Amino acid sequence: MPHFDQQNTTDTSAALISGRALLCERDDRILFEALDFDWRSGQIVRISGPNGAGKSTLIRIVLGLGASLDGALFFKGEPMQRARYDFRSQLLYLGHQVGIKTSLTPEENLNWLCPQASKDEIYGALAKVGLHGFEDVLAQGLSAGQQRRVALARLYLEEKSIWILDEPFTAIDKDGVAQLEQRIIEHAKDGGLVVLTTHHQFDFDVDELVLGAQSVEGVN
Amino acid sequence: MAHSSPLIALFKRDLLIAFRNRGELLNPLMFFLMVASLFPLAVTPDPKFLGLIAPGIIWVGALLATLLSLDLMFKSDFEDGSLEQMLLQPQPTLLFVMVKTFLHWLTAGLPLTLLAPLLGVMLALPEGGYWPLIFSLLLGTPTLSLLGSIGAGLTVGLKKGGMLMPLLILPLYIPVLIFAASSVQAGVDGNSYTGHLAFLGAYLALMFVLAPVASAAALKISIAR
Repeated sequence: MPHFDQQNTTDTSAALISGRALLCERDDRILFEALDFDWRSGQIVRISGPNGAGKSTLIRIVLGLGASLDGALFFKGEPMQRARYDFRSQLLYLGHQVGIKTSLTPEENLNWLCPQASKDEIYGALAKVGLHGFEDVLAQGLSAGQQRRVALARLYLEEKSIWILDEPFTAIDKDGVAQLEQRIIEHAKDGGLVVLTTHHQFDFDVDELVLGAQSVEGVN
Repeated sequence: MAHSSPLIALFKRDLLIAFRNRGELLNPLMFFLMVASLFPLAVTPDPKFLGLIAPGIIWVGALLATLLSLDLMFKSDFEDGSLEQMLLQPQPTLLFVMVKTFLHWLTAGLPLTLLAPLLGVMLALPEGGYWPLIFSLLLGTPTLSLLGSIGAGLTVGLKKGGMLMPLLILPLYIPVLIFAASSVQAGVDGNSYTGHLAFLGAYLALMFVLAPVASAAALKISIAR
């Protein structure tokens, strides 16, 4: 199960997102260098590594939110700078902060996060993440886990092919984790790409991208 | 339709949040009102003298009240991750900045404009000053919001950015203050004030083009920790 092509470092057209020779330096410390990867449709990629290894940093670089970029990123073989609109049209990102407004209800929050979704769809998605009956409770009255579940409802609402999830299992209970796992597998089976950082162990096969404190190594 | 809907959704969302937290919106207005009500007590209640300084007081009050409200423009969006979501939309960031700026004007600049004639009465502003006061505020407060969005964007990521933003944008506010206050003065003196308003309009047009671009760039810098 090779998750990045060591032999073929120039061709990036087969992959959805590719990185070439990525380097990240923080406070004179190199987090990772010469990092190559090809992420394809149908893959579940887990970025792992100890705390401070640069997992979130790598994600922000891929998203284009990072401070600086050394190396090159490609989307469907095109340089990311030129393909940004296409990339973002297909992107669903959940970060450490998920963009939930506490003075709004879950339904109102999703109205803005998924403007295309109808009211029925939003209610259906909220029911799926276990928030049936909480649709019009202000989010400040919800627990941290419930607030994250509101954001996770987006996974049922939006038809985006690329999911980039930074620590999606934070504050989610056991049943929620199992359900989320299921949804991730489903999405990959439907031909989507899921990139996530987590310390959670999966029961199924995922492609690993291991970031070490000193060096980068690919482990299958 | 699908292209513009995230912008409309953002507008609706922020309007709803503003309505839920309407207490916060009253702060700049209260400040504005207090400035105007304390001057007659501290200086003199003499209408003649107050009429002389009224244009300046009202405009300084409006400018400082706007400055007070700028902190909130991007702060909560930055803290709860909404800003990241905005920057990751396929649409250009400057469109979102324009929506946020317009909302800031709608919730700060417009109420100040509507309240200003009342302050004119409290400060015995002579009759000729009311129309230029309203026109100058209508043209000047959007400029304050636009310029403020740059400062707010640059300082949103700073924990202790308290005094930095006023220092950054006050110099850019000075032309607005000078031409707006003097337009009111010209109206009081019975002179033509269209020249002053024309300058305010030109400054607004210039900032309408430049500020959202600068503010979007500032936000990108702020979010790239």
